[in-house]
Amino acid sequence: MAVSGLLFIGFVLGHMYGNLKAFAGEDSFNEYAHHLRELGEPMLPHEGFLWIMRVGLIVAVIVHIACAAILASRAAKARPVKYVAKKNVGSSISSRTMRWGGVTILVFIVWHLLNFTIVKINPSNGDTGGSNPYALVVDTFDLWWMTVIYLLAMVALGLHLHHGTFSSLQTLGLTNSATSRARARAAGWVVAIVVAGGFSLVPLSVLVGIIEK
Amino acid sequence: MKVTLKVWRQENAAAQGAMHTYELDGVSSDMSFLEMLDLLNEQLVTNGEEPVAFDSDCREGICGMCSLMINGQAHGPEVTTTCQLHMRSFNDGDTITIEPWRAEPFPVLKDLVVDRSAFDRIIQAGGYISANTGSAPEANSVPAPRDKAMRAFNVATCIGCGACVAACPNGSASLFLGAKITHLGELPQGQPERWSRVVDMVGQHDHEGFGGCTNIGECAAACPKEIPLDVISQLNKDLRTALKNGH
Repeated sequence: MAVSGLLFIGFVLGHMYGNLKAFAGEDSFNEYAHHLRELGEPMLPHEGFLWIMRVGLIVAVIVHIACAAILASRAAKARPVKYVAKKNVGSSISSRTMRWGGVTILVFIVWHLLNFTIVKINPSNGDTGGSNPYALVVDTFDLWWMTVIYLLAMVALGLHLHHGTFSSLQTLGLTNSATSRARARAAGWVVAIVVAGGFSLVPLSVLVGIIEK
Repeated sequence: MKVTLKVWRQENAAAQGAMHTYELDGVSSDMSFLEMLDLLNEQLVTNGEEPVAFDSDCREGICGMCSLMINGQAHGPEVTTTCQLHMRSFNDGDTITIEPWRAEPFPVLKDLVVDRSAFDRIIQAGGYISANTGSAPEANSVPAPRDKAMRAFNVATCIGCGACVAACPNGSASLFLGAKITHLGELPQGQPERWSRVVDMVGQHDHEGFGGCTNIGECAAACPKEIPLDVISQLNKDLRTALKNGH
């Protein structure tokens, strides 16, 4: 759970960096997207790097979901009779929403892949497709409800990362003192704000017209 | 003070339980929570009803025998054991919900009494050290670094009450496990069995049916001895090291 989670943190940080290329303009953004397909050539085949990443991420997703399912089932078995009254006093909202938050993010990822990778949900009716990803981004986020979907997903992702970052460090046994625990908590805040905030910049900028075709 | 009590009543382990409501008058704010329950039981016996069964022993916060989920919090609203909780923490006219610890490995025996022998079996699996019997050894013959000794002593305050399990949304006993692993693993005397201990105790914990830890932190907030969450990190680190070394 912790190791696959850390892989995802690395991935979203890289993904967010790529998205911010949208601020550098259409050519720069499309060039970046094109280069991702050529990365590692001629050592790797065309799109080789992307497929290595995809396979790695799919394996990590399977491991992550399997761990979550095992933990959830153990938790359900460990407390078959629920409390009539139960207060939460020592836990963050993010820590208590990991399971439903994770499911939300999974549903969003399917939507997101249909939108940008498989391009089945294409607001500009196939004119742009995968050949001009910049245009697809702008067309997508010109629709307010698309922006809302993405921003809500970023709230879910931010919450998930806030607890997940700390939790993975604790699971790996790296928080053995009050100081290191406080640092791990702070890392959770930083990762959550940087990733969710960084991802949100592009859709918001398109919506208000800072990024346009 | 007058309070309304909603108490879990259950005839025996096999019976179906339910919440019962009792009105209790004449409660003094100086009474401990358990004295308030004693008063309730006097009233019940006078009325010819079965008294409420609950665990208690030392009543001075050191034995780990008392329990109770009070208004949704293990050992109630203060950071202490139920026996050291006083009615001054409540107001006149309050409704107080009292439930037993809820966990599959802690079956209810009667009313508010649960069987916590799962903890004993976890201790038996590895919570010990090898020491020669006979005359006491020279106290300074085994030096222990001060910071490690302090950490070990701080977590050795765990009284095994089970509040961590009761508070944990996953029903995990990781804080209890972590306290024992850290307590014995920090001291020189605990080194010979250090790696087999963590593997055996975690194995027994899982075998008993406790849940897995997701680092939520309700346990440390509920712990009457304020065992910090970093013992769970120590538990994970020791388990990782042990598995890496083939234990």
